[in-house]
Amino acid sequence: MNELIDSISAALIQQFNAEIIEFQGEVSLVLQPDHIVSVCQVLKDDFHFELLAEETAVDYWPEQAPRFHIIYRLRSLKHNEIIGIRVPLDGNAPSIPSITAIYANANWFERELWDMFGIGFKGHPDLRRVIMPYDWEGHPLRKDYPLGYEEVQFTFNFDQIDVRKPYAQE
Amino acid sequence: MGIEQKLGNMGVITLKLEEAINWSRTKAMWPMLFGLACCAIEMMSAQAANYDMSRFGMELMRASPRQSDLMIVAGRVSRKMAPVLRRLYDQMPDPKWVISMGDCASCGGIFNNYAIVQGVDEVVPVDVYVAGCPPRPEALLHGILTLYEKVKSEKLKDWA
Repeated sequence: MNELIDSISAALIQQFNAEIIEFQGEVSLVLQPDHIVSVCQVLKDDFHFELLAEETAVDYWPEQAPRFHIIYRLRSLKHNEIIGIRVPLDGNAPSIPSITAIYANANWFERELWDMFGIGFKGHPDLRRVIMPYDWEGHPLRKDYPLGYEEVQFTFNFDQIDVRKPYAQE
Repeated sequence: MGIEQKLGNMGVITLKLEEAINWSRTKAMWPMLFGLACCAIEMMSAQAANYDMSRFGMELMRASPRQSDLMIVAGRVSRKMAPVLRRLYDQMPDPKWVISMGDCASCGGIFNNYAIVQGVDEVVPVDVYVAGCPPRPEALLHGILTLYEKVKSEKLKDWA
């Protein structure tokens, strides 16, 4: 850990009840969902983390509490540093405040997380699907989403599947 | 005994109208650009100098469906692409044919999941399936020549 990380941890641990984990030289803050907006504001204003490099999620199903981790990676061009933020969320209707007011490019990241993981972002200006069609049901990157779509046709079950297959008409 | 013998050396041949029309259809069948994935590279290669698809009357890939007779679906079709594919097919004028190029377009290939249509025949009617991952240009040419055989045996009333 360097001086910058030390000063960040000094500022944030007390104020926001943050926890710091370090893995192979990469530093991450573990936060509660309610604090994410104010922490991002502090990191942007006071520590020059101007760039939201990535916002993504991990599904730890079948664990339920916490089931999801939302992961932010902030980059500081001034200090040439990257810091991660992890926010654990429960599996039942997960929801977290949106950071689009601070980082504008979070807009599409959060739409993708809604699309793929079904995570609600409170305060997001336009929370629609971004990858799947708008009428799609379910959230495909959840671990309990059914993976396969169609049974594979082999010689022994060719006719059986052929009957069910929806062939297009002229 | 026919008119060609009576006319002598005047350069006339006689044949059935159906055969003449089918012959002309196979000799100027313009495919539509529909490269969706890696199969499109092989399709381009089939048109380039080494394989030269224009030997079979396919000089032009048309970017507009309204000018094309043949749709070569080259690559995997995602669920979001499927309505677009069907719409382009509907915009093509009759007579029209579809070649499903490669395993992904034919049956989903290695992508047996929610995002990929499991065979483009769920969206448009397919005339010829070309197997391979991706098929070599020779295989695509063979598929096109197979389609020509099919077209030559078609009846006019099929499209009327």
